[in-house]
Amino acid sequence: MQARIIPIFENKPAGGCGATGGGGKSSCGSAAGRGDLSPEVWEKVKNHPCYSEQAHHHFARMHVAVAPACNIQCHYCNRKYDCSNESRPGVVSEKLTPELAAKKVLAVAAEIPQLTVVGIAGPGDALANPEKTFKTFQLIQNSAPDIKLCLSTNGLALPDYVQTIQDFNVDHVTITINMVDPEVGERIYPWIFYKHKRWTGRDAAKILAERQMEGLEMLTSKGILVKVNSVMVPGVNDDHLVAVNQAVKSRGAFLHNIMPLISEPEHGTHYGLTGQRGPSAQELKALQDKCEGDMNLMRHCRQCRADAVGLLGEDRSQEFTTDKVAEMKVHYDAEARKAYQAFVEKEREDQEAAMKRELSGLAEDAGHANVLVAVATKGSGRINEHFGHAGEFQVFELTAAGAKFVGHRRVDHYCQGGYGEEETLETVISAINDCAAVFVAKIGLCPKKDLEQAGIEAVEEYAHQYIEQSLVAWFKGYLARLRSGDAVAVERGQGSLRQGAFVA
Amino acid sequence: MAMTIDESQCTACAMCESECPTDSILEKGGVFSIDAASCNECEGLEDGPQCVNSCPVDDCIVRA
Ligand code: SF4
Ligand code: SF4
Ligand code: SF4
Repeated sequence: MQARIIPIFENKPAGGCGATGGGGKSSCGSAAGRGDLSPEVWEKVKNHPCYSEQAHHHFARMHVAVAPACNIQCHYCNRKYDCSNESRPGVVSEKLTPELAAKKVLAVAAEIPQLTVVGIAGPGDALANPEKTFKTFQLIQNSAPDIKLCLSTNGLALPDYVQTIQDFNVDHVTITINMVDPEVGERIYPWIFYKHKRWTGRDAAKILAERQMEGLEMLTSKGILVKVNSVMVPGVNDDHLVAVNQAVKSRGAFLHNIMPLISEPEHGTHYGLTGQRGPSAQELKALQDKCEGDMNLMRHCRQCRADAVGLLGEDRSQEFTTDKVAEMKVHYDAEARKAYQAFVEKEREDQEAAMKRELSGLAEDAGHANVLVAVATKGSGRINEHFGHAGEFQVFELTAAGAKFVGHRRVDHYCQGGYGEEETLETVISAINDCAAVFVAKIGLCPKKDLEQAGIEAVEEYAHQYIEQSLVAWFKGYLARLRSGDAVAVERGQGSLRQGAFVA
Repeated sequence: MAMTIDESQCTACAMCESECPTDSILEKGGVFSIDAASCNECEGLEDGPQCVNSCPVDDCIVRA
């Protein structure tokens, strides 16, 4: 399927589909492929796992944790842990010096040719630590100029650094924006530290909102891609995020990523301690769907740790701890990296073409049918993970338009050495109980039976094949079975989002 | 008259270091401390100790 990325500041429609102009969505819903993007924007996003949902199957990113300080307080953050805007709460990253961070990047790039992006996302705020952040970027640029740089910020200090960001060739910035109305903001941010002064209440939220909007406008006017993250806090900003979506869209944000609040008492956050709950998968999807009519949304965000390494949904940071990196001898092979990336480009074209071929005849059969399915994958756009080894499932929505990636569900590995398997299987089922089928490379007989009882079909026929093409092929068969009465559509569950820290 | 950092609470984020008007906050091997000789508790500043105002952890910096 095509990348679902549409630049809203480059109103260039593809084919016969008219742009709605001004702040409107710039292309027709289904054809959001490469053809819609200007060459410059496509160049910037095509290998970026966080910006292109399609790229996230193939390319890896890493975060380097060089920025411990933060200039605001969020109610979903306990500063003894990492920034929970970008990382999951409850997990502490190793703090790195800029020198060590740069060496770590080279070590990872040598080991993982898929690595295309390095970001600074904490553990505090990248721009509350400007010297460390920009020193790190400079060192990386000197030794590995082909790697793209990005940073994440809460936006408070952003207007002061837009020029520096441009000077350092950082072409992707993520701003976490949870509100545009200070009345909502004061329920999310107890205080900020700005101009050598602590501000609280509505004043604090007002300053923060103004600085965020100013920074966003400055970045987009320079052509720097901006992704906006929002944390969905039920009862606080859930309805309000539609207004946030409008505000960031009209200022040229490229992508809006709505993430669920992760909140548990043991995280020691204000929300965790006061019992503020996070949204269910269905609530999250409903809000995402509401906003998507206006703008493109990112649904593949994994809320990565500030020191995450690897493909999204995978964490190899333990292979690259400070001690190990300090001892490593690094050989940076630019040619091998290039060759891998060329291979991936070809593979992606194949997958897209295969999906298009499979689509023929679907529209008539499908009507208004709408089915969710889950996929176990290790990446590369293929169904290539064993059910029991999956740490997460990717969820796709099947309709007359084909297969669309709509999210992922984190689970514990079901095969964890024998004990507690029944319980784990139950959690897996509750995580994907809104799906009609789960696609795997392999699955044992027992879990297959249990899934069946829960109304989820386990599908092995498409092992190691392309995801989207396989899903569409299966969907056609499923529709036929529905028509003949061999299968029945059933009422499905809510799909619970797993809470708590992910410690890989 | 000086402030002091409770080491067990401190996250070593360094936020306070750059805010101290008397340069009294020092880092040694990842541990932050306040030089009691030069800290004046931000005497004369309307909002009181700047280190406390900028520190993300409640009760991490207290009167010595
Ligand atoms: S911006 Fe990040 S580090 Fe700072 S308080 Fe909020 S969640 Fe925590
Ligand atoms: S009270 Fe003021 S002078 Fe003393 S350490 Fe804190 S910031 Fe520095
Ligand atoms: S601001 Fe607070 S937590 Fe951070 S280094 Fe200073 S005393 Fe420690």
